[in-house]
Amino acid sequence: MIALLTRDMRLAVRAGGGFGLGLAFFLIVVVLVPFGVGPQGALLSRIAPGILWLGALLACLLSLDRIFALDHEDGSLDLLATSPLPMEGIVSVKALAHWLTTGLPLVLAAPLLGVLLNLPGPGFGWLLLSLALGTPALSVIGTFGAALTVGLKRGGLLLSLLVLPLYVPTLIFGAEVARRGAEGLALSTPLALLAGITCGTIALLPFASAAVLKVNLR
Amino acid sequence: MVLRVTDMAVARGGVPVLDGVSLALGPGEALVLRGPNGIGKTTLLRAVAGLQPALAGHVEAAPESLVYAGHADGIKAALTVTENLRFWAQVFGTKEIAPALETFGLGPLAHRQAGALSAGQKRRLGLARLLVTGRPVWLLDEPTVSLDVDAVAMFAGAVRGHLAGGGAALIATHIDLGLSEARILDLAPYRAAPLAVDDFDGVFL
Repeated sequence: MIALLTRDMRLAVRAGGGFGLGLAFFLIVVVLVPFGVGPQGALLSRIAPGILWLGALLACLLSLDRIFALDHEDGSLDLLATSPLPMEGIVSVKALAHWLTTGLPLVLAAPLLGVLLNLPGPGFGWLLLSLALGTPALSVIGTFGAALTVGLKRGGLLLSLLVLPLYVPTLIFGAEVARRGAEGLALSTPLALLAGITCGTIALLPFASAAVLKVNLR
Repeated sequence: MVLRVTDMAVARGGVPVLDGVSLALGPGEALVLRGPNGIGKTTLLRAVAGLQPALAGHVEAAPESLVYAGHADGIKAALTVTENLRFWAQVFGTKEIAPALETFGLGPLAHRQAGALSAGQKRRLGLARLLVTGRPVWLLDEPTVSLDVDAVAMFAGAVRGHLAGGGAALIATHIDLGLSEARILDLAPYRAAPLAVDDFDGVFL
């Protein structure tokens, strides 16, 4: 398991691994929004939590099809499936590797980019917390979508269509935590729901991903 | 017996290709599967490896004793030869990769990136993976594709060493491996009967 995690991390940071892809996309979105909205500081700071969450979600979506497609192409997914590692473990490690290479950099970059969007002072901590709680769910749900579409050529569009509806609850509650945090309102309800979604997906979805992956390898 | 397959029937793309295949492998035995293209050699091997369900029949083997090597080698181009092999050694819980590098003549290439290897060298790396798994029953699908004469001999030597150590191998191949002790199973007589479509309308109702 640890060997698989270190291999995936090593592959991600080597040439062609796509480590910076999500981060670069996030940066571009967040830098361009103020130009599009115009010089209206009050409006920007009102939409900042939503834009940051949306940017992080789309950046996450961008790298999903790489989770299994590359391993499927070169045959290592077949070999992993016949190895001593349980399939549930393989998909969990894949999701963790995706979060460490895509989700975590987004979480760490979001407060810096919040400055560009005139995010109100109290919002920074809550934005960081909501992204740190929510992005693992994005990776786990995305891994499920990637497992569903693994054998398909150009499955990226189908993957996005399948995964986006599943991302909606995470987006709603994540952005709500960040918004309420920025405005100084009570936020324990969306925070609890966000944490619940993440815990639920981490607990249940690896089994579903492993099952569909087994079907797709036939 | 390290592997016994009884009355196996397999399908590819929903169409039955083989029916009633039975075979048995003891320690130190190799069995070569022969048959024309499309007869179902790959499908049979994948079913034995557990990668796809069989239509009928069953496979008896000790748990965690099979290792499968298919058409693709599962090599990561961005990792070096050593890193590729060490990864599989860690996955299968073994330590030594030096003997595998030695057997397939990969020593001089150990620190080369796998993406810079030739097709034959990649194939040798894929076969070297079998040695680091430490598993007794090898299921090999066309193992000698893109290997030259010397490398085929290298591979035959590796299989012979594996058999001498009490292992077994089930090999689907078209060419002569120079393994005179291996038994040969021709799959042509096991070709499945085509699906009888006597009730044409019924299929749609």
